Amino acid sequence: MSDANSKIIPIAKAGNGGDGGSAAHRQLKISVLRYNPQEPSQPPRMQTYPLEEADGMTLFIALNEIREKQDPSLQFDFVCRAGICGSCAMVINGRPTLACRTLTKSLGAEFTLAPLPFFELIGDLSVNTGKWMRGMSERLGGWLHMKEPNPDLRRAEQKMDPDLADKIYELDRCVECGCCVAACGTARMRKDFVGAVGLNRVARFRLDPRDARTDDDYYEVIGDDDGVFGCMSLLACHDVCPKDLPLATQIAFVRRKMVSLGWS
Amino acid sequence: MESSNQLIAGIGLAGTARKSRWPARLDFIQSGTGLVLALFMWGHMFFVSTILISNDAMWTITKFFEGYFFFGKSYPIMVSFVVATVITLLVVHAFLAVRKFPINYRQFTTFHGHMKMMRHEDTTLWFWQALTGFALFFVAAPHVYIMLTHPELIGPFESGDRVWTGHYWPLYILLLLAVELHGGIGLYRLAVKWDWFAGPDPAATRKRLKTLKWALTVFFLALGFATLAAYVKIGIAHAPDYGKPYVPAALQAAPQGVNK
Repeated sequence: MSDANSKIIPIAKAGNGGDGGSAAHRQLKISVLRYNPQEPSQPPRMQTYPLEEADGMTLFIALNEIREKQDPSLQFDFVCRAGICGSCAMVINGRPTLACRTLTKSLGAEFTLAPLPFFELIGDLSVNTGKWMRGMSERLGGWLHMKEPNPDLRRAEQKMDPDLADKIYELDRCVECGCCVAACGTARMRKDFVGAVGLNRVARFRLDPRDARTDDDYYEVIGDDDGVFGCMSLLACHDVCPKDLPLATQIAFVRRKMVSLGWS
Repeated sequence: MESSNQLIAGIGLAGTARKSRWPARLDFIQSGTGLVLALFMWGHMFFVSTILISNDAMWTITKFFEGYFFFGKSYPIMVSFVVATVITLLVVHAFLAVRKFPINYRQFTTFHGHMKMMRHEDTTLWFWQALTGFALFFVAAPHVYIMLTHPELIGPFESGDRVWTGHYWPLYILLLLAVELHGGIGLYRLAVKWDWFAGPDPAATRKRLKTLKWALTVFFLALGFATLAAYVKIGIAHAPDYGKPYVPAALQAAPQGVNK
């Protein structure tokens, strides 16, 4: 338990009433970048919402409280509240991350929220990552290309080495939140760059023994400056990934494999 | 009459059947030329900084590379060959690296705004790497050209004269800053780009690499400025005799062939 909580709990137990119980809580000032592309006459602007912090408050809780009690027009996305769906990615104090996994106590009393750049802006903090992710997936063939085109589904599934399964699962943890792409200087400059999420996807299927594709096939989709050779190794993708995926290692690995085909 | 391949390429359909392998080669060559140039610059800095030991030490290194101790006579043309190789590497590296630069106002402002917002060290370092790389197009050119065309003008007095009386010192200040920042950041980026030295804990390795990168940058900048100051001092003292080559005391009695 943190020092902050240990100070709060005795006050609450003492039954000092509503005011007394909240006395130790900070007054937050949350500045949100507001802009609705459907109303271009209203230029992008910062709007600050005061909010009393609560124990264990995440940005999910904070934003819902603001929308319920202060401003029903505020747009943002949440689904799972547990860092699994990737819907709530936004720029918090300049860095892309998941709002539902961000405790307000990890931030200062005043902080800023903005929508993820790069993706289509729906409004305020809400962006359409799904549209881009779908395009990326279709471009890369981001699904299992079965060696057997018509597998017998009544047959027991082929066994896989547990270590290999772990390695695949490690990369499969990506929730496609879009933080890596929004944090990528290359993607920001060059819209066609496939991003760490795409390269991670290739690395994942490359490991899968059930996938029929070879490195030559992967080269066809990422062997150019919009693919792995466009990566400038800024590594912001790795540093902001809310799932702590080993993106730097994976991109380097994919790069080495693709470069080795350069003389084939 | 165009060949069918030229026409297919001209229409933009060259990579449709099988993607070109050139992007892979270019990526490798960009890294390779950068690595060779960065390592060359380290060696170069150690050689020129021998002036901090003594004039004779610097003279010995110079004559070593001119083949004096192998052939009994100096061949400055050997230095020209090395310089020509370095110029070739520089041109190839710059040609490939410029592909990564922001190429228009929109890209520049987007990246700059992104960098300011993110306050992410490696992103900011790339900006400085690109900026110093751009500066090197201009500040490296006069130096390598004079070394290519006048390789005999390397030596304690010769270099001191060039630095001071030849007014090269302002250029060398800029060159030193640009080279050391660009090379230091570049070597760090190469290590993370290709996952060198990753080991079992890549995060810890990256942290150590970054610390090492800054330590090396500070070291080479300090060494470089001390060396430049030494040449300035020699150049000021030698200004009245501008153009006279350095001959070690031990050879002053029999200087034949040394400076030819």
